[in-house]
Amino acid sequence: MVDIFDILGPIMVGPSSSHTAGAARIGNMARILLGDKPVSAKIHLHGSFAETGSGHGTDRAIVGGLLGMHPDDLQLTYAFEEAKKCGFQYSFDEINLRDAHPNTAVIVLTGEKGKKLTMQACSVGGGRIMVNKLDGIDVNFTGDYNTLVVRNRDENGSVAAVTSILNQCRINVANMSVCRHKRGGDALMVIETDESVKPIQLDFLSELPGILSVTYYDKNKGEASDDD
Amino acid sequence: MTIDSMQDIFNLMAARKKPFWEVILEADMEERQVTREESMAKMLVVWQAMKDASDTYTGTRHRVSGLVGGDGMKMRQYAKRGHAMSGGYVSDVIAEALSMAESNACMRRIVAAPTAGACGVLPAVLLPLSKYAEYEELNQHQILEALYVASGIGSVIAYKAGIAGASGGCQAEIGTASAMAAGALVALRGGSGKQIGDAVAMALKNLMGLICDPVAGLVEVPCVKRNVIGAVNAVSAADMALAGIKSRIPVDEVIDAMGEVGRRLPVEFRETAWGGLAVSPTGLKIKENLHSKKKQA
Repeated sequence: MVDIFDILGPIMVGPSSSHTAGAARIGNMARILLGDKPVSAKIHLHGSFAETGSGHGTDRAIVGGLLGMHPDDLQLTYAFEEAKKCGFQYSFDEINLRDAHPNTAVIVLTGEKGKKLTMQACSVGGGRIMVNKLDGIDVNFTGDYNTLVVRNRDENGSVAAVTSILNQCRINVANMSVCRHKRGGDALMVIETDESVKPIQLDFLSELPGILSVTYYDKNKGEASDDD
Repeated sequence: MTIDSMQDIFNLMAARKKPFWEVILEADMEERQVTREESMAKMLVVWQAMKDASDTYTGTRHRVSGLVGGDGMKMRQYAKRGHAMSGGYVSDVIAEALSMAESNACMRRIVAAPTAGACGVLPAVLLPLSKYAEYEELNQHQILEALYVASGIGSVIAYKAGIAGASGGCQAEIGTASAMAAGALVALRGGSGKQIGDAVAMALKNLMGLICDPVAGLVEVPCVKRNVIGAVNAVSAADMALAGIKSRIPVDEVIDAMGEVGRRLPVEFRETAWGGLAVSPTGLKIKENLHSKKKQA
């Protein structure tokens, strides 16, 4: 059965679940995966996002998401004003990607402590999203699960070390993929879990040898605003 | 037991001796592994969001495109004057449908039901009943029951036929919303499962073939006013079903037919803005104006 709260929902700021709610979630996902407070962003819009994006508030929604707003946050309408207030720099342009979903955005993000992230993601309908690329590495996850993104050096034992910690924490892995640029370079693990991961457990993971960084998207926190 | 068709729901109602809404509630509890209270609390949040959107509507916000804004308030005031052709409940339904769909276009907070573009239909038929005691004395529990009925119907249609304009045209969005609203109304009046099915079938049949042709690709024209036909169509389908009128084609077959029509709709009529009103001379002019506005900005 299709989830009845996908039928009556999401609760969202209009006008379009794919072009507005999904866009806000893409911005939010990029903010979380950066693992730093974003200070500037270059946002490239592809396909229908470029074509009808401004009419659907896609641009505001992405900026709002980058500022930490959720799809149901009434402030999304004023995201540009909010960005100005807190000194967040952003720019938009159009991009033509090959073989990308029509509702795709590429976000190049820089954080306060100098962290950088390039994320390509698309909005697939009903407010759902899919992340397609992280820093040039092909990935494939949706934020429907709690999601760990672990960057590691491509050495043997890294994957086993991470999964054994998860096992000790009694966190069940729902889906997992391991991706890399080239042999011996930087690699990426995307781990979707059933249970949520606690901050102290994230610290454990990031201190493992060979692990460069750990970022974590919690599906419950990613879903809706805590308040108005 | 999975629910993949309206017949599955009827069978479960008979086997468990439970009303339509409770079968859907139990399915949600099983599906998401939540308690009865948790499920109903979530549904209450949905209802509250619908009510908030209606209560805070002022009609003062307009779209940058200049196409949408203020019509819901015009209709509310016209309905209040009491000379509407439709009159009473139906003119309030029209006003609520416009207000909600307009709120969506103007970046206010709404509940997608089943989509953002069709968000006005279901609340439009329920809100007047909860707001004005002259139509019906309703308590909150009854409203939640109606929402479960609506969501169960939407879930079946989403599974069997699809609910996205990009894949099935407007009939899949406004049509589904209308079917959900029709079923909800029948349930509110104590209709049987079969009567809910008949209302769903009639609502869908009467909007079958409706294309998705948004001017400039925006959820504005004709989307806002299509919410009105979805809502009014739901009221008439519900009344027919409650009068004992049956759909000659069984409801599951109607849903399948809607799905088939959607799949065979040319791509021009599936949200691409390549056909219908979107390519009318005025539609194209509006698109051009928006593009030049965008370039200036």
